[in-house]
Amino acid sequence: MSDVLAWLAEPLQYAFMVRGLLAALIVGIVCPVLGAYVVLRGMAFLGDALAHIILPGVVVAYLLGWPLGVGALIMGVLAALGIGALSQRKEIKEDTAMGVIFAGAFALGIALLSTQRAYAVDLSHILFGNLLGVSAGDLWLMGGLALVVFALVVAFYKEFLVLSFDPVLAVTLRLPVTFLKNLLLVLTAVVIVASLQAVGVTLVLAMLVTPAASAYLLTRRLPTMMMLGAGLGAAGAVIGLYLSYYANLASGPAIVLTETLVFVLVLLFGPRRGLIWRRKAPAA
Amino acid sequence: MAELFSRPANHDPAAPPLQVDGIGLVYDGVTALRDLSFSLAAGARVAVVGPNGAGKSTLFKILAGVIRPTSGAVRIYGASPGGHVCIAYVPQRSQVDWTFPVTVADVVMMGRIRTLGLFRWPTTEDWRKVDEALRRVGMLDLRGRQIGELSGGQQQRVFLAQALAQGAEIVLLDEPLSGLDVPSQEAIFGILDDLRASGVMTLVATHDLNLAAERFDQILLLNRRLVALGPPGEVFTRTRLLEAYGGHMHVVPEGEGMLVLTDSCCDGEEAAHE
Repeated sequence: MSDVLAWLAEPLQYAFMVRGLLAALIVGIVCPVLGAYVVLRGMAFLGDALAHIILPGVVVAYLLGWPLGVGALIMGVLAALGIGALSQRKEIKEDTAMGVIFAGAFALGIALLSTQRAYAVDLSHILFGNLLGVSAGDLWLMGGLALVVFALVVAFYKEFLVLSFDPVLAVTLRLPVTFLKNLLLVLTAVVIVASLQAVGVTLVLAMLVTPAASAYLLTRRLPTMMMLGAGLGAAGAVIGLYLSYYANLASGPAIVLTETLVFVLVLLFGPRRGLIWRRKAPAA
Repeated sequence: MAELFSRPANHDPAAPPLQVDGIGLVYDGVTALRDLSFSLAAGARVAVVGPNGAGKSTLFKILAGVIRPTSGAVRIYGASPGGHVCIAYVPQRSQVDWTFPVTVADVVMMGRIRTLGLFRWPTTEDWRKVDEALRRVGMLDLRGRQIGELSGGQQQRVFLAQALAQGAEIVLLDEPLSGLDVPSQEAIFGILDDLRASGVMTLVATHDLNLAAERFDQILLLNRRLVALGPPGEVFTRTRLLEAYGGHMHVVPEGEGMLVLTDSCCDGEEAAHE
């Protein structure tokens, strides 16, 4: 027993590991709460695009010596509102337009960064996260953003639910549909910014989508899906971080791999929609 | 943002519940609906029939205020549909994501969220009203089910309960009867009777001309324009049916009545306009 405790306690003697663990927990919990809407509304590609579009904002902040989170936040909110406006037009299909902008912005970010000397190290931190380099200031920013997201998800819970389940009902109930759609996009951007330090631009999508998707397979009500997703996200973050410490793996990918494994297990063995147990045909 | 705090329009009791003045919709250069005018009274039960692509779903979305007509105007108790929360649109079953993690009671509660207002959670009283709506449609014992676990008829009844919880005075049902067995259809008609008794207007899009003729007070025959509106006996005449269905229909005189064969069916109505 004391061996197990020692094994668990060992990484925590380092302050950077404690900060990393707290950061991973914040991200692990907040992402699936909003991720539930990303999964239910089929916004996964949009989330990925948003994460990549944020890159030039991060790089410009870095070059100007601003906190990275500020640059990311400004870019993220602008991108979210831009995508919202784009989806109202119909010259070109929405996912095509997003693909063009997403790749272009990502290239711009990398081009800007490549003017710097420490290019390779910085790039890998931005792309894949640097959980062990989280500062106390970063933690406060992440915690603050997470609280804002929680508060708004709770405040607009029933409106977001109707918007996601039945957009036509949202209109006939005369809800402010455009405002709600944009708010959801902005919140997604905020969650992405909060997660950047932990898992980076390329893996943040997994934090949003994977635990929420596992929870989706296991539950029949949205509040349960959000809470279970948060639990799975937190567990994945902690297990992944220990895995990274003892197996000497990069922390972001270790967390994402843990969450992916959980998803595969749920998909196969989940009691309700799991492939192994599904005997009776779904109701028509 | 301003719409967050706007109040729904007041009903002018002197104005007709539903007044449609020359509405038309041109979409990408195609005329979906042309110059429709009619008026309906409270408690009216109307079957909306017409061939595929006649504009039934489009008409419903305009009446519900989801799409704005390119010409003409809809007046609900004297105000435009955009100001009302008394209109319920029950979508075709194929338009709903039945795997969504919500229970029967959750879906019915959605009808109440505008009445509830922003930043407020349902009270015991709200849940009591939800249960009352579920009892009226005979679904109370299934209130905790996930909606995908229901039969087609039960799914339709959940949305009717939602309309009841919303306090809807005009209910638009898009193909609620297709694909249902006779007992399920009867259950729906039972609820429609209940609605008529409480003065709620129902418009039901259907392809089933028999049901339309036997179970509805009025028929609205549509083919991108209003072909006829009136009691079944006056609307279902050879001339008018041919006018609406054209080559898609054969009318065979048979003794007292007539035999009507159409080749229009079910899903694949005109593409939904967002």
